[in-house]
Amino acid sequence: MVEVESLRVVRCGGSELNFRRAVFSADSKYVFCVSGDFIKVYSTATEECVHILQGHRNLVTGIQLNPKNHLQLYSCSFDGMIKLWDYIDGILIKTFIVGCKLHALFTLACAEDSVFVIINKEKPDVFQLVSVKLPKSSSQEIEAKELSFVLDYINQSPKCIAFGNEGEYVAAVRDFYLSVYFFKKKTTSRFTLSSSRNKKHAKNNFTCVACHPKENCIATGHGDGKIRLWRNFDDEKKYTYTCLHWHHDLVMDLAFSVTGSSLLSGGRESVLVEWREAAEKNKEFLPRLGATIEHISVSPAGDLFCTSHSDNKMIIIHRNLEASAVIQGLVKDRNIFTGLMIDPRTKALVLNGKPGHLQFYSLQSDKQLYNLDITQQEYINDYGLIQIELTKAAFGCYGNWLATVEQRQEKETELELQMKLWTYNKKTQGFVLNTKVNMPHEDHITALCFCNAEKSENPTLVTTSKDGHFKVWILTDDSDIYKKAVGWTCDFVGSYHKYQATNCCFSEDGSLLAVSFEEIVTIWDSETWELKCTFCQRAGKIRHLCFGRLTCSKYLLGATENGILCCWNLLSCALEWSAKLNVRVMEPDPNSENIAAISQSSMGSDLFVFRPSEPRPLYIQKNISREEVQWGVFVPRDVPESFTSEAYQWLNRSQFYFLTKSQSLLTFSTQSPEEKLTPTSKQLLAEETLPTTPFYFILGKHRQQQQDDKLNEALKNELVQLPLTENIPAISELLHTPAHVLPSASFLCSMFVNSLLLSKETKSAEEIPDDVSMEEEKESVDSDEENNFTEKVQDTNNTDLGKDIIHQLSKSEEKELRKFRKVDYSWITAL
Amino acid sequence: MGEFKVHRVRFFNYVPSGIRCVAYNNQSNRLAVSRTDGTVEIYNLSANYFQEKFFPGHESRATEALCWANGQRLFSAGLNGEIIEYDLQALNIKYAMDAFGGPIWSMAASPNGSQLLVGCEDGSVKLFQITPDKIQFERNFDRQKSRILSLSWHPAGTHIAAGSIDYISVFDVKSGSAIHKMLVDRQYMGVSKRKCIIWGVAFLSDGTVISVDSAGKVQFWDSATGTLVKNHLIANADVQSIAISDQEDSFVVGTAEGTVFHFQLVSVTSSSSEKQWVRTKPFQHHTHDVRAVAHSPIALISGGTDTHLVIRPLMEKVEVKNYDAALRKITFPHRRLVSCAKKKQLLLFQFAHHLELWRLGSTVATGKNGDTLPLSKNADHLLHLKTKGPENIICSCISPCGSWIAYSTASRFFLYRLNYEHDNINLQRVSKMPAFLRSALQILFSEDSTKLFVASNQGSVHVIRLLEGSFKHLHTFQPQSGTVESMCLLAVSPDGNWLAASGTSAGVHVYNVKQLKLHCTVPAYNFPVTALAIAPNTNNLVIAHSDQQVFEYSIPDKQYTQWSRTIQKQGFHHLWLQRDTPITHISFHPKRPMHILLHDAYMFCIIDKSLPLPNDKTLLYNPLPPTNESDIIRRRTAHAFKISKKYKPLLFMDLLDERTLVAVERPLDDIIAQLPPPIKKKKFGT
Repeated sequence: MVEVESLRVVRCGGSELNFRRAVFSADSKYVFCVSGDFIKVYSTATEECVHILQGHRNLVTGIQLNPKNHLQLYSCSFDGMIKLWDYIDGILIKTFIVGCKLHALFTLACAEDSVFVIINKEKPDVFQLVSVKLPKSSSQEIEAKELSFVLDYINQSPKCIAFGNEGEYVAAVRDFYLSVYFFKKKTTSRFTLSSSRNKKHAKNNFTCVACHPKENCIATGHGDGKIRLWRNFDDEKKYTYTCLHWHHDLVMDLAFSVTGSSLLSGGRESVLVEWREAAEKNKEFLPRLGATIEHISVSPAGDLFCTSHSDNKMIIIHRNLEASAVIQGLVKDRNIFTGLMIDPRTKALVLNGKPGHLQFYSLQSDKQLYNLDITQQEYINDYGLIQIELTKAAFGCYGNWLATVEQRQEKETELELQMKLWTYNKKTQGFVLNTKVNMPHEDHITALCFCNAEKSENPTLVTTSKDGHFKVWILTDDSDIYKKAVGWTCDFVGSYHKYQATNCCFSEDGSLLAVSFEEIVTIWDSETWELKCTFCQRAGKIRHLCFGRLTCSKYLLGATENGILCCWNLLSCALEWSAKLNVRVMEPDPNSENIAAISQSSMGSDLFVFRPSEPRPLYIQKNISREEVQWGVFVPRDVPESFTSEAYQWLNRSQFYFLTKSQSLLTFSTQSPEEKLTPTSKQLLAEETLPTTPFYFILGKHRQQQQDDKLNEALKNELVQLPLTENIPAISELLHTPAHVLPSASFLCSMFVNSLLLSKETKSAEEIPDDVSMEEEKESVDSDEENNFTEKVQDTNNTDLGKDIIHQLSKSEEKELRKFRKVDYSWITAL
Repeated sequence: MGEFKVHRVRFFNYVPSGIRCVAYNNQSNRLAVSRTDGTVEIYNLSANYFQEKFFPGHESRATEALCWANGQRLFSAGLNGEIIEYDLQALNIKYAMDAFGGPIWSMAASPNGSQLLVGCEDGSVKLFQITPDKIQFERNFDRQKSRILSLSWHPAGTHIAAGSIDYISVFDVKSGSAIHKMLVDRQYMGVSKRKCIIWGVAFLSDGTVISVDSAGKVQFWDSATGTLVKNHLIANADVQSIAISDQEDSFVVGTAEGTVFHFQLVSVTSSSSEKQWVRTKPFQHHTHDVRAVAHSPIALISGGTDTHLVIRPLMEKVEVKNYDAALRKITFPHRRLVSCAKKKQLLLFQFAHHLELWRLGSTVATGKNGDTLPLSKNADHLLHLKTKGPENIICSCISPCGSWIAYSTASRFFLYRLNYEHDNINLQRVSKMPAFLRSALQILFSEDSTKLFVASNQGSVHVIRLLEGSFKHLHTFQPQSGTVESMCLLAVSPDGNWLAASGTSAGVHVYNVKQLKLHCTVPAYNFPVTALAIAPNTNNLVIAHSDQQVFEYSIPDKQYTQWSRTIQKQGFHHLWLQRDTPITHISFHPKRPMHILLHDAYMFCIIDKSLPLPNDKTLLYNPLPPTNESDIIRRRTAHAFKISKKYKPLLFMDLLDERTLVAVERPLDDIIAQLPPPIKKKKFGT
């Protein structure tokens, strides 16, 4: 490895699938959806992501099939570009540069060489619908500057624009009026509903619009749940409308079927309503879709519908209103209270999901594995209703136990609190409720942690609460004459001068328990529950607390609200070192001594990786995100990496993921070492007409090769490899092992594909990275003194952590600090 | 405005009867409405929807069908099997003719107005020829199995569609034979109902037949092939009525749930000429069954069991957004049903088949303005007078002294003498009425109760002197030669010298009672008179018209008074002219000659002629609340119209003495409470 590795922040999936309406391919085999900066291509039959079309540099805001070639797809983005893709091969064909932020895209079969986009040119909240002429040119990048205005002062959402009757007119809704622009006559008609003046019609604002594909009929959705069908709108006097009313809350989206015989509507009720013949009495329902319907789209072939939901999910629905496939992304509906956790068994990321659920999310496949219903109560979707919140969760004993805390607070004094302990049932391969504790504490639970020591024979759980107590719960025998059972009971209640308990942490061997009471850290012996010692730094309340691991297990780290990071030596019971760092997230790596801390400043968030044994950071990456980072977690790697560079060694055994306030899940990556299907191999997958399983891929290709020796040139590279497959032990093993004992196919597949690659070609396979850096212009920042040639001038004299944070201080202060550091060091050595 | 002690009367237990049929006449812009008790009312839509004529009901004569033919001729048919033609001038029944087919369920006049079709209980459809003064049976069409509930002519007059039970027949008029029988699906939401009743059919000129039925469907049929073209399921209950516009571009249906749906013919695309029927707006103005609908060029008209007549203008057809564009709801008759004996504090209430006499309660308590005083003596129900015979009462009156009661039905006139002995009442009928006193349209006693004025339907007014227990016919004012219009409103001056009488359209005639001759005729006005009164002392005649204009005419001077000229020159306040209901009663304050008291159903007004008139910029209604405000503001903002909207719906209001008013209210909730329960509908969130 001679190349210089650079570490970048990359989005690692979990981005929104429900940002815009999904688009079907002409044959309904694929469904496209925008997902952050990418466009994802899913198979409607298998729910698998077939391609990710990458190329936009900002949020993709609209996709449409090319009306002249249904194998091509247009997309537009905030980066001001319209791109034309070949979605079968995942190839970018052309890029049209428009130059201004594009908010939505529409195509029309009759509009030759032009597409329609929503832009905002002047004021930030005034949007226009313009038509963009796409010039014909053979070059890859073409400037498309020929814009012509269609409608001004429109709503930015593409749901509020619809083209009707083969492009004869365009309808736009905003607030309380509907405007219709007729392309032939070049006139705009405007129809206004009586607005909020009148209390009875207070909520009849327009929310969405759809046009009948064949007739002069516009359907509009309204805030009060009504759907109006407008007709005769080419005459401003004689216009008329019909009302359809079933929804009780606002209509989120509307879509006509391809023939126009039925109208689909959806909203917060999570019910897809099909209005047949636009008649009030003739309607069909598809209920219990799980979450608010945000978008509805209809396939051009007319056989499938797709609904996008607020819980980041798409449901493919058959014409007969039967859900056939669910494409579920990371649920991002709500606030994350539990933080990020890793299920020790599945290595899945665990966090709040649907209301009252824990979601298990596979980072490798960017897919939700399952939802665990914690509250086990029917979710009532109503505005202003105070719901039960799942606030804390923790895994213990290698994933055998799961503790969850849920709370509901209607008034200041009425707190409902419940702690549940779940055991992993091997038979059902899922968590089963073992113990339910009502009101485990008098007040909010602030932290809970399991004792994960290997030697501890008895599972132990500690909870801390604002009521000033921490409680120790142990698993005891709960058998009676009917059955053998185990259950959790409270073993010990501790407190310290009526301070609120804020954090708790077990040492790695489980012998010590650290509990922080506001500013004070107390150390307890886990055998006898005896207070051993206290640390107090008078630097604000403790926000994070963790023990060092492995060789650093004698250290205890605490981060305070006032922005001080302290490290105490447990042997000397004294402060080892401290640094000024406004820590937001502090996560220990379970596989090493490393601790990652993310600090928050006005510029953004910075990452520091350090060992408790020394106050000098191993690695610093500045400005990993512009917004606040809320949670982070280390995920152990299945196969350890071997970064030679010392700066990246902390990533060898684990990978670090973090979640920002806007709920983007980010991670660090050098190139793209993750084995995913590369576009070239996917191209093969997509070409298959038969169901494409990995198994078919192995055998089918092989068989084909044996039958047909005259193969085309394009496939030659791979086919050279294929005869060898029989000889590779991994494959023969794979084929001879019974299916039920095999690991998951996705796991095998990457191994298998790896085995097929020629060692020479590894580079070419890596050429197309799966992840795109968020800020490409940003250089990787290295903090090691040895490598500081890459850093900017002001960072050159960075010598330690504290220095780095206050590098903008004056020279004299720096000098003083240096002095102080020296004193500090000598003090440590004296110990 | 002055302060009054008000008797707030709510014991007039009046319930209007439900509307059964409505028929709109395009030529005269009039609407005929028949009610379940057999009453037929004529509304003039040009004259602010004023109910200008009515024909009293009859117990045995339940109208099931009503239609205009040949321009101005009105026919009705009912379950007694008779076809009735009404005389719109004399306000009586011209003739009744038995169709000999059992109860008649439906009737339709041919588009050219020369023929009349009736559908009978026995399944026969009978064709009548309309001759200038009668109708004549022409022939029977092929007899069907069950009753014919609805009929419609093809606009060309060549075919008819007849709705029966479970099927629709299409007849050829020439041959009289059924050419198609279109069976209607009985299924309703997957459940087979017993029968599917075709409540209404409409034949369009392109051959389409639209039917409405008891399964809640509106169906479009092709009469050439006899096939169903389109089906609209619109209600969970019966769709009971249909009316189509003359242009055949829209129609209206009424359902038993009280909803009225509007259907419009709209073009499918702007480029093609293809058109389709689309259900557009639903209107929920009724709580009960909508039994009848009509489609005027600019409005949808509906009426039903809940007794309201609703006129809903179509916004796209209204040229300017004036008050004609507003919804009208007519509930109460535009005539007086209450008369009052001021001295005895008696109220006479007129019902369809009986009269009630009540004595008002009294109180000894006093209180501040706005207080409700407790009654020391409750109102007394003195008398319940039932009519003889099946006919409804047309009019009634109690004399101001309280000792005479007169009422009239369509064929008989009754006069009673009341004797009060402490708490007992002695009722004595005055027998031997003269032959000419057969029916009266209006009865009035003079202020001193010595004379009785009776307006009969021949246009004559009889003057009768009342003596103790007997009477004497004094004179009959004959109508002017050539006019047969009957007088419906009478007013007598308090000194008994003048009598004013008004018909529906011609001017007001003023007679001199002393000299028994016609004194003068007030010039005719475009709009019908709704109320008349003669002021004491000045003998000014105050006339209210249906367009809300008020005139004051000096009888001695035979000209309009100066005040009336001033207000005509300046014009009434626009809000005054936009009121819904006509003025039904005018009275005067005995001590304040400048005051005129008048009321309609929703307001009570005192016009103070001494104050300046309001212009369009000033506040018409309630410019000042009755609080202790400085006199300067009060004087500056004061204008001639003092309006109180406290009492509504107001059926009658009069001055008992200088400081006492009586107001008879009939709250709508009380009427609804007496109606049969409506179809229960599930409401979201209950």
